[in-house]
Amino acid sequence: MRTISVALMGLLVMATAPFAAAQKLNACGATFPDPIYKKWFSEFGKTHQGAQINYEANGSGGGVKGVTNGTVDFGASDMPMTDQELAAVKNGKILHFPTVLGAVVPIYNLPGVTQELKFSGPVLADIFLGSISKWSDKRIAADNPGVKLPDEEIVVVHRTDGSGTTFVWTDFLAKVSPEWKSKVGAAKDVSWPKGLGGAQNAGVTGLVKQNPNSLGYVELVFAVQNKMGHGQVKNANGTFVKASVETVTEAAAGAAKNMPADFRVSITNAPGKNAYPISSFTWLLIPSKFSDPAKARQVKEMLHWVLTDGQVFCAGLSYAPLPLAVVTREEKQIDAIH
Amino acid sequence: MATATATVKVVKTSTQTGDIIARWVVTLFAASLLAMAILLVYELVIGSADARAKLGIWRFLVSTRWNPVTEDFGAAPFVYGTVVTSVLALLISVPFGLGAAIFLSELAPARISNALTFVIELLAAIPSVIYGLLAIFTLVPLMRLYIEPFLKRTLGFLPLFQGTIYGVGFLTAGMVLAIMTVPFIISVSRESLLAVPRDQREAALALGATKWETTWQIVVPYAKLGILGSIFLGLARALGETMAVTMVIGNDPSIHASLLAPGYSIAAVIANEFSEAGGKIHPAALVELALVLFCLTILINGFARLMIMATTSKGSKRP
Amino acid sequence: MNRLSWRKLVNGVMLTLTGVCTVVTISVLFVILGCLLYFGAHSLNWNFFTRLPLPPGEEGGGLANAIVGSLQIVGLAALIGIPIGFLAGVYLAEYEDRHFASVVRYVADLLNGVPSIVVGILAWTLIVLPMKTQSGLAGSVALAFMLIPIVTRQTEQFLREVPLALREGALALGASKWRMIATVAVPAGSKGILTGMILGVARISGESAPLLFTALNNQYWGGLREPTASLPVMIYKLATSPYDDWNRQAWAAGLVLITLVLLANIAARLVLARGVSVPRG
Repeated sequence: MRTISVALMGLLVMATAPFAAAQKLNACGATFPDPIYKKWFSEFGKTHQGAQINYEANGSGGGVKGVTNGTVDFGASDMPMTDQELAAVKNGKILHFPTVLGAVVPIYNLPGVTQELKFSGPVLADIFLGSISKWSDKRIAADNPGVKLPDEEIVVVHRTDGSGTTFVWTDFLAKVSPEWKSKVGAAKDVSWPKGLGGAQNAGVTGLVKQNPNSLGYVELVFAVQNKMGHGQVKNANGTFVKASVETVTEAAAGAAKNMPADFRVSITNAPGKNAYPISSFTWLLIPSKFSDPAKARQVKEMLHWVLTDGQVFCAGLSYAPLPLAVVTREEKQIDAIH
Repeated sequence: MATATATVKVVKTSTQTGDIIARWVVTLFAASLLAMAILLVYELVIGSADARAKLGIWRFLVSTRWNPVTEDFGAAPFVYGTVVTSVLALLISVPFGLGAAIFLSELAPARISNALTFVIELLAAIPSVIYGLLAIFTLVPLMRLYIEPFLKRTLGFLPLFQGTIYGVGFLTAGMVLAIMTVPFIISVSRESLLAVPRDQREAALALGATKWETTWQIVVPYAKLGILGSIFLGLARALGETMAVTMVIGNDPSIHASLLAPGYSIAAVIANEFSEAGGKIHPAALVELALVLFCLTILINGFARLMIMATTSKGSKRP
Repeated sequence: MNRLSWRKLVNGVMLTLTGVCTVVTISVLFVILGCLLYFGAHSLNWNFFTRLPLPPGEEGGGLANAIVGSLQIVGLAALIGIPIGFLAGVYLAEYEDRHFASVVRYVADLLNGVPSIVVGILAWTLIVLPMKTQSGLAGSVALAFMLIPIVTRQTEQFLREVPLALREGALALGASKWRMIATVAVPAGSKGILTGMILGVARISGESAPLLFTALNNQYWGGLREPTASLPVMIYKLATSPYDDWNRQAWAAGLVLITLVLLANIAARLVLARGVSVPRG
């Protein structure tokens, strides 16, 4: 009986061999752009001899750790790597390639409330700090005249894993609330004052969906795909803005003009009349040196495709495409990979 | 004659070689178990070195902070969550488990008892993630909509049942763990009860005791070590449970008095944070947590084995 | 009421309660199976078994890669773990050496109790880091680590139950010790030993925690040298996601997994054909 199972095993292992012919790449990282990356790599594979790019969305922290240890071919993160993180990379340099623009929205589950809620920055900070504990709080009502809010405790939901989405969210909160900045700070993983924890964007969306009276933060597409309520946020200009391709693009306008050489930039709380204040670029973390030239070639092809053909898929998934000025500069950076 | 002796001698040497080789082979593989254990302890100790150096052992155990930004980590909320959910699980599963074990050993006819025990042991084979799957979609809404509000209404004067109702939390995790530990308690307790000599029961019945009195006052105390062992076994299993717990405990690293509140356990935080903990201290702190959990389960498993060995070995004498 | 009636009442009530406990416990199993059937059966279509997962939001994907991945990982773990466990068990049953054997036995029991997530950390350090990639191999090693103590103790237990008379008969006929073990003792205990192996493999095939960061996951077909999808990990991800389609797939996958595990358990016990207790550990 054991010989049969050994033979079966051999067959199984051999059965996967044909797939070895196409170039395989392994990547992991941010869940913020997961829907568009999965769509991209699926489409890229269709038009490029069945290339298989396996992208595992385990959070921006996982992407950074993966490229630092060299356990993946490339990573992805919504928070640019810090100088400290870059210094810890074992083999060579990491190049940042912005791929899309996205938005982090306050997602909520309020049975009975059909209107779209409005949130101002300091209110969001205080909810997550715990100083505002009920939906019926005066300050939430002040931003939402005429909306009947239940007198229930707000169930706060946040991430458990190292997340670029968390960084974008906390970066915004730190900019609008000095108390948040000093007590908690902005990072991929913080010490949350309260709330339930979910793993990845999908986990947070799932928790909000399952818990009435809850409030969390996720990338826009997760709220849209699951048809869940997400609120407008007050921007630096004082206007309540809803996240959309246009408002996110406006938030990136300033950065497009003054993009630093290594593409590491934050666009939260950006100026602009209709700029959505919790917007962000998201980056692919690409090593500058590959030991396998075939892999290097595949990665360069993929990047080129992502920056050009891939951008058309963005709007369908509620992401904003990159400003052209940024794309041109990125194309030049592709040459640095070898 | 001479040839006969010669043949015998040749045969003896070749079997001796065969035996020597066989002995060395199996001893090697047995030693591999020792190697595995040593390797495990070694990696846990080495992997946590950075955290132990920075945070100290005692301070780590009592600190309630878990802050990846300032790299200040403490085990207290996770140890609290692990212990609370496990103790809660036992509080629920021991009465049920012992009750069922008594039924299966004292009341049910042998064939029914064996058949039912078989079914109960199937419960022990169900993977943790499936318990979690069921808990998320059936138990959590049940808790949130019916059970927890009921508890809050009736027992809300106790700090154990105050606070916001989430559906997830210590209580739900404790209940899932209870369901997962019950089969172990039933199985081992039943064995211990069956091992109690018949004459003990017959003596009590002869003196006029009812069946329940016989069971509760004579048989159960006689098997008490084995039953206690089963409880520790269940506890050890509950401490290390990962998937079912992380799906229903809420993943909030803080200490709350209320059972309705969300919490965190050691196994759950490792599962959630290990694959992307960056820097040097964060992963090391997680490994240090793993070391704490490892020591806890080893201790409790050790106790359990000792107790079970004491009762179910033949000829065990009770003082 | 007089004392006797009271005692009889207590007797009746308590004994009924024990019956209730039993019924409640048994019914939990049926509730679990019922839910899985009810929520999962209708998602078990051809797509589920043959297609690969689709990007989030697109419906109709399947878990073919997770099923094959689980088979690969568990298969390799069995290949590694069963021989080692079996031979170690033979040692413990046949060659007792003073303290060494009891130490090994105690260690095997302790290893049985190690939480699966801790085993995952070990496999990460030993395999993932040096290999510089998550892989099915790392997952298999983690699972093998859990399988070995189970098989060891089971093999030992059932070898010990082989009657002394059988062994002595073989030895008296001139067989060497190893030949006696191989041709007499092991075949005699083979039913129980096989049971232990099947139960062990069934147990590890449901484990999710050790695979979380060792085998990770894969949208495509993985392999032993790269990240691989597996049923238990997929169930976790699908169950905690917000997409209804993914939740349905989680139920279906749960149904598949529990069917395999329960069938293996039932088969193993039928092989043994007597009412034995759950292995200690």
